[in-house]
Formats: sequence, structure tokens, C-alpha cells
Amino acid sequence: MEKLLEVKDLHVSFDTYGGEVKAVRGVNFDLKRGETLAIVGESGSGKSVTTKALMQLIPMPPGRIKEGEILFEGRDIAKMNEKQMQKIRGKEMSMIFQDPMTSLNPTMKVGNQIMEGLIKHQKMNKAQARKRVVELLDLVGIPDPEGRMKQYPHQFSGGMRQRVVVAIALACNPKLLIADEPTTALDVTIQAQILELMKDIQKKTDSATIFITHDLGVVANVADRVAVMYAGKIVEVGTVDDIFYNPKHPYTWGLLGSMPSLDSEDEELYAIPGSPPDLLDPPKGDAFAARNEYAMKIDLEEEPPMFKVSDTHYAATWLLHENAPNIEPPETVKKRMKGMANSSSSSSEGERV
Amino acid sequence: MTRYIIQRLVYMIITMFLIATFTFFLMKFLPGTPLSAADKLSEEQQQVVLEKYGLDDPVPVQYFNYIFNLLQGDMGISFQFDNREVTTIIFERIGPSMTLGVQAMVIGTILGMLLGLVSAIYHNGFLDYGSTFIAVIGKSIPSFVFAGILQYFVGVKLGWFPVALWEGWEYTVLPTVALAIFPIAIAARFMRTEMLEVMGSDYITTARAKGVNKFGVVFKHGLRNALIPLITVLGPLAIGLMTGTLVIENIFAVPGIGEQFVKAINTNDFPIIMGTTLLIAFLFIFIVLIIDLLYGVIDPRIRLAEGE
Repeated sequence: MEKLLEVKDLHVSFDTYGGEVKAVRGVNFDLKRGETLAIVGESGSGKSVTTKALMQLIPMPPGRIKEGEILFEGRDIAKMNEKQMQKIRGKEMSMIFQDPMTSLNPTMKVGNQIMEGLIKHQKMNKAQARKRVVELLDLVGIPDPEGRMKQYPHQFSGGMRQRVVVAIALACNPKLLIADEPTTALDVTIQAQILELMKDIQKKTDSATIFITHDLGVVANVADRVAVMYAGKIVEVGTVDDIFYNPKHPYTWGLLGSMPSLDSEDEELYAIPGSPPDLLDPPKGDAFAARNEYAMKIDLEEEPPMFKVSDTHYAATWLLHENAPNIEPPETVKKRMKGMANSSSSSSEGERV
Repeated sequence: MTRYIIQRLVYMIITMFLIATFTFFLMKFLPGTPLSAADKLSEEQQQVVLEKYGLDDPVPVQYFNYIFNLLQGDMGISFQFDNREVTTIIFERIGPSMTLGVQAMVIGTILGMLLGLVSAIYHNGFLDYGSTFIAVIGKSIPSFVFAGILQYFVGVKLGWFPVALWEGWEYTVLPTVALAIFPIAIAARFMRTEMLEVMGSDYITTARAKGVNKFGVVFKHGLRNALIPLITVLGPLAIGLMTGTLVIENIFAVPGIGEQFVKAINTNDFPIIMGTTLLIAFLFIFIVLIIDLLYGVIDPRIRLAEGE
């Protein structure tokens, strides 16, 4: 599979009155056609900013892409101007947003909102576009598409609105779909429906997907590969199996340990102590060191490079250095890992291998 | 929808009736008498005049007489203008006031909205500061100062438009401009604030993510959503302007209703006070109804269940 997207050393900063906030500090990743990459991390880790930068949707100013390359089919998007971006947005790549209650225009009919991209990018006339809208609404599972397309967003439930948002994103068959926490604002039963829908659509359309989430349960369900972000950097990246069964970075351990599960016997949830660093003035060395119970002296002095674990699995922690002591993940995390293996293997393994 | 409008019209009639009642009794508390030369008249002479206008009856009787006549469309005759009909006087006077008000409102709203839009699009840029400056000036300088400046420079020095009086369309230009300054400032300020808020909302990002260009984002997605609060403020402002402004009408010697209203209050000309109050009240209620209907046109969420 050839590479669709390559992000190289991406830096995004916001100029505020307090100074330069370095929201993304050197992110590298790539994405093959048809592949799903999940980006996980806690709030403020830079996952949304990274993906919004891919479409140049961060408000500029105050935001700016400070350095780095975003190669989309070989073209550097980071250097493109607004006019060029308008031709790519919605056509080559599109985005599904977090909150369906606010991401649709309340004063415009749903059908017209979906049609807009079709008329702009595919030069369709109204009648053609209308036909395609009916197809799209059907695809995302909205009953009575002809009637529904004439309604306004407030006449739809939250889950139905998110289906509309998905339809807007899919309208022009984009090569890259970015889903920014698409299920966070929905209740659990609807979450499952939307996830099923997205998996389904991916099979049908074969577009590559970047899936942002802080819900590791979702990751196991939809992703091929996972990138864990912390303080504006990717600290661990690997396949779903690498991350869930053989995590190397203490922050990933923390994330896995803090995930509640129904079948775990122990009642206490693990919590990562402290809070993320202030990116106005990022700490020296490893940004996670202050919250890391396994931190060593070098963590406070020098930033760890990406250590290779396997061909698909990399992690940025000094614990992987040959001179570092051999440290096992804490017991609670190990139990969780076992639990994951039992609960998700049936669904995810069967489809992937 | 039709049911809703009929319902509103019934409320309108009730409101008008209450206002008529209230103003009638309030007016009785006005100091002084309607007789302009009361001290020169003898008791009997005064009695004769009061009797002629029915002012010697007990107040409740006067009230019922008034309401009875009002229902037949008779607002009575003016005390100060040679016994002329109130309705005739008001209709003569409302024309110039309405002309000025409507012109000022149309110009003010359009210019103000444009300024506000420009401000919002070029947020914190040179154009934003420029239009904010105009808005602050328009809001803080009283209209009579501005009227004087216009009269002196545009009217006298440049001689482009007549300074005062009311003898043709060109006479409306300066008072219209003087009146329009305030709605320009208000509309610009509201438009800017609302538009900035709308432009920061999620659905604007959605629109941008679709590849919609800046023009489309602002006019197709932004503007309509920013209009609701603007209409809420502009409605009452429009009524204020259309029913005559005393200051501007005096400065430009416009025979409008504002000037007349004040004169009527000073001379206890009860029928004129009543007539003008009812007219302003009617316009107010009517425009509020129009605004409520406009809300539904602009925002489908406010649209009435029956209308769908």
C-alpha cells in the first residue's frame, strides 16, 4: 500500500498575549490508503490541533504552522494558500466533528448543507446533487431521505445529526476522513451505532481515516494503528495489538490502566497523577517525567528519541534504552491488558488478520 | 399561522384599549387647563367653553364618551388648532416624520450592517478599527450636534442641500443623514459582535471544512444566524425614528409629529395627546408583530408549529 499522507516534524503554535503556546511540537506519522489511524491522548495533548492543521482549519492568526511538512499525495499542504486549500477541503479530505448539536448550520436545510460540497467540487447541478444527497442519507442510515433532506437540523436527534455530519463529510468521496471524537458527545447506545456506521462506510468507500479519541474502547474497535499523543508529541505508535498487548511507554500504561472495564475484578481505577505540562513553557527533557513514577535522571535532562520496538512499534521513553533497568508495567495495567485480550479479540482479531 | 396572526390581532385590540384607558386617566393629572387664556376669562366664560368640549362632565362620563367616539373612529377635535379634526392634523403631520424615519432606518440599517460585517471579517484589522470608530462617534455625539455640523458645512458652506424647511425631496436629505447616524452605530456594533460570535461557532468550521470560500461562509452561513439579535434592537429603534424626533424636526423646521406632540402636551390639548399616543402605540405593537413574524422567517427553530 502506498502512502497517502506523511506528516514530518509538524510544529503548530498559537501566539497569545502570554506568549507562544507550542501546541504541537514535532509530530511525525504516516497513513496508507484505506488505513485507520487512531490518535489518543488526554485533553490538551494536541490531537485536535494536529488534525485541524492538516486541513488548515485552525484559526490563523493566532495559530500558525511553524514548521514541518504535510505531504498529501506528495504535495505539501502546509505551504498551500487559502484558495488552494478550498479545493482540497471537502473533496480530498473532510472532517467529522465532535458535537453534532453545534456542527450543523441551524438555519439551513439539511439537504442543502450536504449539497454544498457536491455543487462546489463535483460541479453537479441541483437535480444531480439532490439525487446524490438521497443516496448519501440512505448510506448513513437515515430513513425517508427525500422527506428528511427538506428538514432543519433541530428536527433531528443527536445521533441522526451525527449521521448527517458523516454524510456531509462523505459527500465527495474523500481520500482522507478525519473524525475528531465523533462519538464523544453522544450517549452510549448511539455511540455504538455511529461506530458501526463508520466501520461499515470505510469498508464500502475505502477512504483512509484518522480517528481522534480518548476512548481506548473505541480504538480497539475501529483502528489499524494507534498513535499516543502527549504534550504535543507522539510518544508511542504501533498497531492496535502492539499498543494493547505490549505497551512500552509509561503514559500508555497510564491510559490503559485508567480505562474502566466491566469484567475487571479490582475496584480501583488507576489515575495518572498530576496534569499535563503548560505548553507555553514546555519542560526540559521528557514532558511526561513529572508525572512518571518510573522517571529516571535522564528524563529530566534530555528528551527521549523514538526507540524501535518492532517494525511497526515505536516509543519515546528512556526505559527502552539498553542501559535502562527492565521495568514491567504495573499489575493493574497488566490485568487490564489481559482483560482487553479477552473482550476485544473476538471482534477485532477476526476481521483484521 | 393564520390562527396565530388572528390571535395576535385580538391581543393588539385589547392592548390598544388598555393604553387608551390608561392615557386618558393619566392625562387628567396634567397640571393646568386646556384654556390658553384662563386668567383673562371670567368664571362663566370658562364654564361655557368647558361645557362646549364636554370637560365639565364627571371624569368617568368623559371617559365613556371618549371611548364611544373612538370606536366610531372619531378622535375628537383639537383645542389649539381652530377646532380641526385630530385625525386630519395627525395624518398631515405623520407624513414628513414617517418619510424621514423610514429613509433613516433603511440607510442606517444597511450601512450599519455593512460596517459591522467588515469589522467582523477583518477582525482587529485596520478596517475593523475604522468602523468601530465610526460606530463610537455615531453613538456618542448627540444628533443635534451632528445636525448643526451638517447644516453648516453641507448646507451653508457647500450649498449642496437646503438647510431647513420641507418643500421637496432634497429637503429630506440632511435630516435623514442626521437621523441615520444613530441606527448606523447601533447596527454596526451589534452586527460586529454577533458576527464574531457566529464566525467562531462549530458550523462555520463545518462549512469551511466543506471547502466553502470566505464569501459563502460569511453570507450563506454567517449572516442569517447573526440577524436575530440585530432585529430585536432595530425594531423599537425604527418606531422611535418613524414617529418623529422632536430635536431633529425642530432643527430642520420639519412639520412633523414630534414637534406637534410636545406642543400638545404643553397646552393640555387632550385630543391631540390621545390621538398621537394611540398612533405611536399602534405602530409599536404592529412592528413588534412584524418582528415576531420575521424571527420565524429567519430562524426555522422559532417557526410556529402550525406553520410547518
